[in-house]
Amino acid sequence: MSARTEVPQQRKTSPTVAAGADFLDTRVGASKMVKEFARKIFPDHWSFLLGEIALFSFVILILSGIFLTMFFVPSMTEVHYPEDALPVTMQGLEMSEAFASTVYMSYHVPGGLLMRQIHHWAALMFVGAMTVHMMRVFFTGAFRRPRELNWLVGFTLLILGLAAGFSGYSLPDDVLSGNGLRIADGVLRAIPLIGSYGSYMLFGGEFPGTDIIPRLFTVHILLVPGLILALIAVHLFLIVWHKHTQFPGPGRTDRNVVGYPLFPVYTAKAGGFFFIVFGVLAVMGATMSINNVWNYGPYDPSIVGAGAQPDWYMLFLEGALRLMPGQTEYVIGGFTLSLNILVPGVVIPGILFTLLALFPFIEGFATKDTGEHHVLDRPRNAPVRTASGVAILSVFFVLVAAGSNDLIATHFHLSLNAITWAFRVLFFVLPVVTFIVTKRICLSLQRKDRELVLHGHETGRVVRFASGEYIEVHRPLDEHERWVLVAHGPRRPLEIPAEEDSAGVRRPGHRRDRLRQSLSRFFYEDRVEPVTPAELAAAHAHDEHDAVDARPARETIGTQSH
Amino acid sequence: MSEEHNELTEPATAESFENPGLGHHRPRLGDDDPRAAKRSERQVVALFTVSILATIGGIVGYFAFPVAEPDAGNVRMSTLVLGLGLGLGMLGIGAAAVHWAKSLMNDHEKVEERHEQRGDDATRERAVEMLQEGAADSGIARRPVLKGALGTALALAPLSFVVPLVGNLGADWNVSKFRHTAWAGTPDGGPRYLATDPTDRRIKASDITRGSMVHVMPYRLPEEEHYLEEKAKAVVIVIRVDPSILKEPEERRGWSYDGIVAYSKVCTHVGCPVALYEQQTHHVLCPCHQSTFDITDQAKVVFGPAKRPLPQLPIAVDDEGYLYAQQDFDEPVGPSYWERER
Amino acid sequence: MKALAARRRHRLAPVILMALALLFTGVVYAAIAPSAAQADTASADDLTEGERLFITNCSTCHGLDAEGTPEAPSLIGVGAASVHFQIVTGRMPMDANSPQAEAKPPQLDEEQAQQVAAYIASLGPGPSIPSAEQVDPTLGDAAAGGALFRTNCAMCHNAVGAGGALTEGKYAPALYESTPTEIYEAMLTGPQSMPVFNDATLTEEDKRDVIAYLIEQREPNPGGLSLGSLGPVSEGLWVFVVGMGVLICAAVWIGSRSS
Repeated sequence: MSARTEVPQQRKTSPTVAAGADFLDTRVGASKMVKEFARKIFPDHWSFLLGEIALFSFVILILSGIFLTMFFVPSMTEVHYPEDALPVTMQGLEMSEAFASTVYMSYHVPGGLLMRQIHHWAALMFVGAMTVHMMRVFFTGAFRRPRELNWLVGFTLLILGLAAGFSGYSLPDDVLSGNGLRIADGVLRAIPLIGSYGSYMLFGGEFPGTDIIPRLFTVHILLVPGLILALIAVHLFLIVWHKHTQFPGPGRTDRNVVGYPLFPVYTAKAGGFFFIVFGVLAVMGATMSINNVWNYGPYDPSIVGAGAQPDWYMLFLEGALRLMPGQTEYVIGGFTLSLNILVPGVVIPGILFTLLALFPFIEGFATKDTGEHHVLDRPRNAPVRTASGVAILSVFFVLVAAGSNDLIATHFHLSLNAITWAFRVLFFVLPVVTFIVTKRICLSLQRKDRELVLHGHETGRVVRFASGEYIEVHRPLDEHERWVLVAHGPRRPLEIPAEEDSAGVRRPGHRRDRLRQSLSRFFYEDRVEPVTPAELAAAHAHDEHDAVDARPARETIGTQSH
Repeated sequence: MSEEHNELTEPATAESFENPGLGHHRPRLGDDDPRAAKRSERQVVALFTVSILATIGGIVGYFAFPVAEPDAGNVRMSTLVLGLGLGLGMLGIGAAAVHWAKSLMNDHEKVEERHEQRGDDATRERAVEMLQEGAADSGIARRPVLKGALGTALALAPLSFVVPLVGNLGADWNVSKFRHTAWAGTPDGGPRYLATDPTDRRIKASDITRGSMVHVMPYRLPEEEHYLEEKAKAVVIVIRVDPSILKEPEERRGWSYDGIVAYSKVCTHVGCPVALYEQQTHHVLCPCHQSTFDITDQAKVVFGPAKRPLPQLPIAVDDEGYLYAQQDFDEPVGPSYWERER
Repeated sequence: MKALAARRRHRLAPVILMALALLFTGVVYAAIAPSAAQADTASADDLTEGERLFITNCSTCHGLDAEGTPEAPSLIGVGAASVHFQIVTGRMPMDANSPQAEAKPPQLDEEQAQQVAAYIASLGPGPSIPSAEQVDPTLGDAAAGGALFRTNCAMCHNAVGAGGALTEGKYAPALYESTPTEIYEAMLTGPQSMPVFNDATLTEEDKRDVIAYLIEQREPNPGGLSLGSLGPVSEGLWVFVVGMGVLICAAVWIGSRSS
């Protein structure tokens, strides 16, 4: 470690602490661990805390979940809700034990309702924070070599988060989640060949059966959280192993990490943030009601409520199912192929998620990436990546909005059918539009950066020359400020060797290279390159008088034209 | 490309600038002014105190608002006070710790070197050697049969776990149950009467006036086995319209009674109950995915993601005027599946 | 707070509360609810006044003899309940051609509505305005009403009566502001898109149970703010707006340098 640390004069350590430390060191070599980890450096940036929101939400989910398991009965045995228990709207009704215990714990266990609400808010926050964290990693290019595998681990965690959420909100056996399960059953049945058997396998026979709640309970409290815990361990280990990425800045390189030590600064900041996350979720649980299952009532297959929607992270599937026109169900040779369900329920999420999971490898293929990247990209400096991310997000948002189309209809006084048609069109149009617009915005921002480096800040001070000419005085950037804008290297499309060598022999692997080249062109053909020292010198040579004309050669502004 | 590994501490070239190195440390108020540092310390203590008080308040609230007796107001107060106690208790600690770190702890940035993930060539060679030595020690390369046996045994061993598990998950695996509903008849062979859901009262044809809709299930179903499974397939909506606007094909003429028609309430898309009946347009809408069916035209789809019409239940009226099902649906109700048409 | 809480635990507290609640609802309904007897035995004066009001306010669309025109249906035989519902909720007279008649501040007052209703009822028999007892939520069973509401009403009006969308711009309105009489009349007469729930499919008692359930929903939510009772979509919105918003602010604070 090259960092200098001001160690104060050796203080006297109390004998009990010394004895305890000695015990740990002689048994497990604690001093080596402390030496390795205590002063590990983490860079400071607010967006690096998004993943911590997810991590801490998960811890809170486990804590509140333990409370809930003490009072929840995962059983579908039919019981009658007690006549003397609250709420009055449930008294004497027939319902499953799962539903009855959920309602009873909300009204008759002090803190029960609070813990349920904290648990549910934390679940929404968990998936939300994972999504936002993933967006941060995506848009800053943190997934690049050597972190591709950790991206996959994180991606798997997101999928497991969805599984945890879906299995969890189905547990109370209320009307809303019951209809969610019924939709899941419908999608499952649509799968060719094995659909019906898949449905039987999930529900232990015909829907709804009496097995699904106990099964989901095991999935929700053992299987999925176990996997999540294991993968979080891998995720965090790899973060420590790779050391955290950092934003470009003076003194920051791909060979170092600049920041504050784990102990004490990060212990206090990250530890403090855990309490803040817990505090915010607890206040939300105390003041904002969520999933009041007694409003929905105990599940009965003949009941559905208006506004039948899943939690937000499943809404894109619901939206896809709503948008797909029904004409696409076909009977071929006596067998039914329900493309109206398979496309939105399986194909579209499949494509979206595969694209997301494989993006680091797609980009790596295009750049033929060989080195390690630890300094992050500013999103504008990777226009095609940023635009691709925004395009994927826009599809996601269209589907989420489509999943809420009935609420949009009632709240904005629109026709449900018109909204559905609008979203059907937007599903195809919006990603293209957002891709183009985002890419243009990124390129413009890069041009602005160039402008700033070459000519400095506008000062608002206008001077008049003897010749009568007016100019505004620009203040040049200092080298620290400039460095942020020029630190990224130019990225250009790959050049590939000719197809045939001088002897006219076809080169093996040429087709692959051609594919690589066209992908690379897609990524880097349109570009604005950072200012080079030569350009800056030229600009200054113009005597900070009249802007250097950065003649755009097609879309390319840069060194080769000089 | 060669721009990877551009060692940024290298001097400037025509292509790239020189990394200027870490900027100067800007001191905070408390770094120079002991009074400012003392003030920060007091703020941190105050935040911890907020946490302590909030926790105490939450515990007091726990005892002040017992929820044992039926009083919804106490549930509300208990949730609020406990939650705020917990929340502020946590927020106080968190804010105090962060404020401490930000204002009082050493804020000089430190630099740590990174090491390349890739092992150096000597390490790589040594690793390969070690693996080769190990492989040679095991003799696996020289004994291919052993390799095959190991692989086969490992591949087969999980079967004795997986087969019983998968084999039992689907109970009897008799998926032909999708085709039958409780409308086929009562357990003792009699006809199934239509009854109101959930009150289970039989319905007379005269009870259903024009413009009304009734949610129906098979009479006395709640007393039978597999009630919910059967109900999930058998729920029906009964609607009366002007007989002159019903478009009925010849073979279904006898399925309705004086403008009263009964259709399955289970959506042919993914199975939600289709129940939003608009009596002026005679359309029923599914609230889950908005498939819309026209009741006057054999419940055909007019909008949305469903393909097939809702199956129609043939109904008739007995001597006392009660409605009953002539027979079961002539096709499986609910969502499509692969072997549905078989 | 402790003293109040202690008294809440008193053996007689529920009884006193119940008595107060009964008294309160009794007074309220005596004040606002129409009496069925009044409607049925309308005086000749009321009928004349009702006819006059009908001709000035309704006959443009429904015809001078209330037999309907191409724009609007005949009102012969729709009954007093239907007329009363449409007028007191402000749906009639209708002011614009929209997908459905919107509820708005009523143009006629309660007495005038009764008079028009009596006049229409005199043209042909139909469902009459319910009595105060028929719509008294304290006499209903909220639990049974909830079960009936979920099966018959929730798919359009949402599980707690927050309303929902229908096709082509139509919608099922929220029921939070509806009076018990309006709820009863709507079930009985099936206004606009709503199907009719006559006394055979939902008996008088069933209807009163449904009313009891809906009135019970107006109690404060034990979990805090109800967020519109719109379900997971609004909850998802709130977790981002409030939760994620606050936490990102906190993260920015943590990541920034102290002054």
